[in-house]
Amino acid sequence: MSGIVYALIGIALAVTLAGCGSAIGVKIAGEAAAGVVSVDPSKFSKVLVLQLLPGTQGIYGLLVGFIALGKIGLLSGGGVDISVANGLLILAACLPIAVVGLVSAINQGKTAAASIGIVAKKPEQFGKSMLFPAMVETYAILALLVSILAVSGIQL
Amino acid sequence: MAVCKMQRMNIFGLQEDRKAILERLQAWGVLEVNIPETGDGLATMDTTSSRQRYERRAQTLQQALEVLDRYAPEHKSLFATLAGKDQIGKDDYTEVCTRRHEIVAAAQQVLNREKEIGEHKAAISRLENQLEGLEPWMSLDVPMNFRGTASTSLFLGTIPGSWTQETLMEAIGAATPELTAQDVTILSIGRDYAYIAVLCLRDDAAKLEEALRSIGFARPSQLSDKTPADAQADLLAQRAGEEQKIADLEAALREQGGSRRDFQVLSDYFRIRADKYEVLGQLPQSSRTFLVSGYVPADQTKKLAGDLTDHYRAAVEIEELPEDEEAPVLLQNNHVGKMSEGIVKTFALPHSGEIDPSFFTTIFYIFFFGLMLSDAAYGAIISIACAFALLKFPRMGQNMKHSLQLFFWCGLSTVFWGVMFGGFFGDAVNVVSRTFFGHEITLKPVWFAPLEDPTKMLVYSMLFGMIHLYTGLLLKGYMCLRRKDFVGFIFDVVCWLLMLTGLILMLLPTEIFYGISQMRFNFSPALVQASKIMAIVGAAGILLMSARDKKNPLLRLALGAYDLYNITGWLSDALSYSRLLALGLATGVIAQVFNQMGSMFGGGVLGAILFTVVFVVGHVLNLAINLLGAYVHTCRLQYVEFYGKFYEGGGREFQPFHQQTNYVEIKEEI
Repeated sequence: MSGIVYALIGIALAVTLAGCGSAIGVKIAGEAAAGVVSVDPSKFSKVLVLQLLPGTQGIYGLLVGFIALGKIGLLSGGGVDISVANGLLILAACLPIAVVGLVSAINQGKTAAASIGIVAKKPEQFGKSMLFPAMVETYAILALLVSILAVSGIQL
Repeated sequence: MAVCKMQRMNIFGLQEDRKAILERLQAWGVLEVNIPETGDGLATMDTTSSRQRYERRAQTLQQALEVLDRYAPEHKSLFATLAGKDQIGKDDYTEVCTRRHEIVAAAQQVLNREKEIGEHKAAISRLENQLEGLEPWMSLDVPMNFRGTASTSLFLGTIPGSWTQETLMEAIGAATPELTAQDVTILSIGRDYAYIAVLCLRDDAAKLEEALRSIGFARPSQLSDKTPADAQADLLAQRAGEEQKIADLEAALREQGGSRRDFQVLSDYFRIRADKYEVLGQLPQSSRTFLVSGYVPADQTKKLAGDLTDHYRAAVEIEELPEDEEAPVLLQNNHVGKMSEGIVKTFALPHSGEIDPSFFTTIFYIFFFGLMLSDAAYGAIISIACAFALLKFPRMGQNMKHSLQLFFWCGLSTVFWGVMFGGFFGDAVNVVSRTFFGHEITLKPVWFAPLEDPTKMLVYSMLFGMIHLYTGLLLKGYMCLRRKDFVGFIFDVVCWLLMLTGLILMLLPTEIFYGISQMRFNFSPALVQASKIMAIVGAAGILLMSARDKKNPLLRLALGAYDLYNITGWLSDALSYSRLLALGLATGVIAQVFNQMGSMFGGGVLGAILFTVVFVVGHVLNLAINLLGAYVHTCRLQYVEFYGKFYEGGGREFQPFHQQTNYVEIKEEI
């Protein structure tokens, strides 16, 4: 039965770390965005898009957390008896998106802030500026993929 | 899907037709002025001062419009930006232009009135400072400059610090113990100063003043001959006067709001004139003739040349562009291609000799966008919103129109994939039926639910990705053939196709692939053999021939091996399409989270109300965030993975000499 503790730790890590990363990333980009809008309010929508880009890791963390919660039966109310080994498996499966989500969201935030600099100086290059943060996100997507495959692959 | 062919048009005209011809060209708007080097007695004219004069007037009108926007704001709907520019008939336009002096004077008056308002506001803030300065003296009932009567002296002033009647009396008493007949009043106590009035006998005045000075007494700087109450009333009256003046000016400005349209049209008129003079300044001219030269799309040259020679005495000559001349790029597409011209332009326009990828971009954009969002309800919302905007505002800007058309189709694609994967506001059908109607209705996916079988979806994502990438490689092959670069076609395209296809065919029957996908491929031995040969032939071709311009055989092999290493690039490109799975799941799962949250309040009326609130807020949020994700990542798949295979870009946009206006569009029959 105590395996559920490990499973919940894993879920908590996925949601918390990825969410923290996104919060920091969005904050970094938001500060840069606010600076641009203070000079030129017409760029609001463009910089807002860039600010939101590092927000996805938090969603990915939530995604994995939600799938794992469904897996261990906490959503439907009936607790499934989970062995320690299975609990640890779920914990391990949650780690990729937890760690990569945290690190990539922060770095994506920095890249997004730099891209907001592009929009400030050359608004017509908005399309390209959007690509740089999206590059960073690739690695969060890869981690998400492994986490999803692992969580859904575990046989309880 | 094409880059429009450009031709050079040279127009030789007489000086007397110069302005008329330029205006005609500007109305046509199909010629980009580009004057080649000329010599031989032709000189350009300096038009800077006329141009600046028109720009200044356009500027004045623009500023006047901004002022009017502040004082007489126009009621604009939220979607005003979609509505496009107003159209104005030629006659109306000419009528406004004939009143231009009057209109510029009115605009100047608007600016002057605004300046006056600024001055009155400054006056008010001056008055308010004075009022504030009077405040501490208000309990005084003699004029501020009152110095005493025949036998008494009055000291009005401030002393620093905090005082009370007693401490002040003590201090004065300590400084001049012999004086006894003074009356000390503290009028008010401010933060840093006490405001006091001290009355004494005239004979004692000098001594008292000395005593007061020793504790820091200072007379006030402004002395009026009125009591503070009177002075305050005076100032208030003045302030009311200034406020009335501001109100009058504002009312006058509001009345001028009716001239807004005139200002807009005329500012566009001056903008057009300024552009004309800018072009005029570039034209080589002799005393009797002038020359205009520039790029014109090939399908327009005949019509334009005919029009010019019909109306004016001008010689028009059309020439083909030499091979090495980089012509400006104008994309020319059918309806499908047009939709993603904006997306192509955001990346880069094709340079000369490249194909225009718009058509393929549109097809794949719509396909991948739908896969990433994959929720029927969200797709329907997007399509309906786009269709509504397109029907409601038929004259919106071209770029906006094409983008909305693209997203209309993206929405339909989303509906399609939503039905395939069984997403309708996530699992709203199940949750609503279970919570409110007691028995669960399941919306069955037509194909399969990715959440239940993510590996299957992953494999299909890669498959769609490989189709995308192969299309890119084939387009590269098409460009090689068009350039008649057959060697390049064989070794840069066919060899890669052979090797990749061979490798994929080798991978499919393996245990590793079965382990991932649970899909068993049993190839005949002949096919297995063929796949090996394909891979080896392809790899050998790349190894030996990819650096064919290098003479040194060792260097050539080394570079060939390095090119072969690009296979890792293909691997990472293919893996990149896993975002189709990830983003598709993200939409569905977050929608489920919100549905779950909504259903936690249980059934019944209250439950239904709370469910609706959570449902609306949650799904709006989810739609917004995933719309952004689908947009960004579909763009990325086009720009990085797809264009990376064949497209460089770097062309310069075709910028014709036309009537560039901010507010109105002039209808002109040509």
